[in-house]
Amino acid sequence: MARKAVTPTRMVLNQLKGRLKTAVRGHKLLKDKRDELMRRFMEVIKQNKELRLTVEEGLTRAFASMQVAGSVMSPAMLQQALMYPRRSVELETSFRNIMSVNVPEYTFRTKGSDPSEIYPYGFAQTSGELDDTLDALSKVFEDMLMLAQVEKTMQLLAEEIEKTRRRVNALEYVMIPELQENIKYITMKLEENENATKVRLLKVKEMVLSQAHDFK
Amino acid sequence: MLKIAVIGSNDTVIGFGALGLQIFPVTDGEEALKCLRKLTRESEDYAIIYIEENLAEAVQSEIERYKDSPAPAIILIPGREGSTGRGLSALNAAVERAVGTNILE
Repeated sequence: MARKAVTPTRMVLNQLKGRLKTAVRGHKLLKDKRDELMRRFMEVIKQNKELRLTVEEGLTRAFASMQVAGSVMSPAMLQQALMYPRRSVELETSFRNIMSVNVPEYTFRTKGSDPSEIYPYGFAQTSGELDDTLDALSKVFEDMLMLAQVEKTMQLLAEEIEKTRRRVNALEYVMIPELQENIKYITMKLEENENATKVRLLKVKEMVLSQAHDFK
Repeated sequence: MLKIAVIGSNDTVIGFGALGLQIFPVTDGEEALKCLRKLTRESEDYAIIYIEENLAEAVQSEIERYKDSPAPAIILIPGREGSTGRGLSALNAAVERAVGTNILE
């Protein structure tokens, strides 16, 4: 690994040691965060899969009865019957915090004269199959809402996991080895300097002694 | 107050209209893209946008764009022809993104 230029001094060594400590600590924390996110993510995925299957099944059933209704009634009639909804759905979003990821939570309210009344038409000119269709749709609607919530949660968690995983890897494979290498380099350089000084001193001592005692 | 939009072919969305959702009948992918753009860029009233699976191809870029933002949620639903399995592919994509490989298969 390419080492960046560091000045081999004791001060820099201390700084690097401090940074290494922080990096190791951060690495551990992020790793824990990643693991926990992953656990949550798995739960969400399972939920999502189940919900999607339920929704798809429910919708297929609703569309099938709609098909029947469409064949019994004329398209224009069908269109007309469904044209003016008697109620409107209003949605409220709140946010829940999962490991610092804000995920939405939806609650819906229906606005209309009578919330249980979903058929926006008179019964005289429409077929019973249309009633079934709307019944099925309103049942599947709650699951659809849940699905939206779970799917969004899943996407947001996936993004956060990806980010966290990158950070963990960057710390583990780049930052920490680099710091360790720099620390090793400085330690060795300092030792080398120390040895050089020691040898020089011994040499000087020898020279001084030989002069003083007039050794040959 | 937020609303829910459904984009799809006329036959598909008409039933949702009776439930009180905002419906946007479209005929092809291009129109769907235009519609989705309008809903996401020009207003913030829509928290959830359901879109029919067979239109997903055309609006993939928009879906990607809003994947990471908390709102709106763009969710695929099967159309009249039944499920094409495209909805589940979103799940697989998310797994692949988070884990690095698809661990479900």
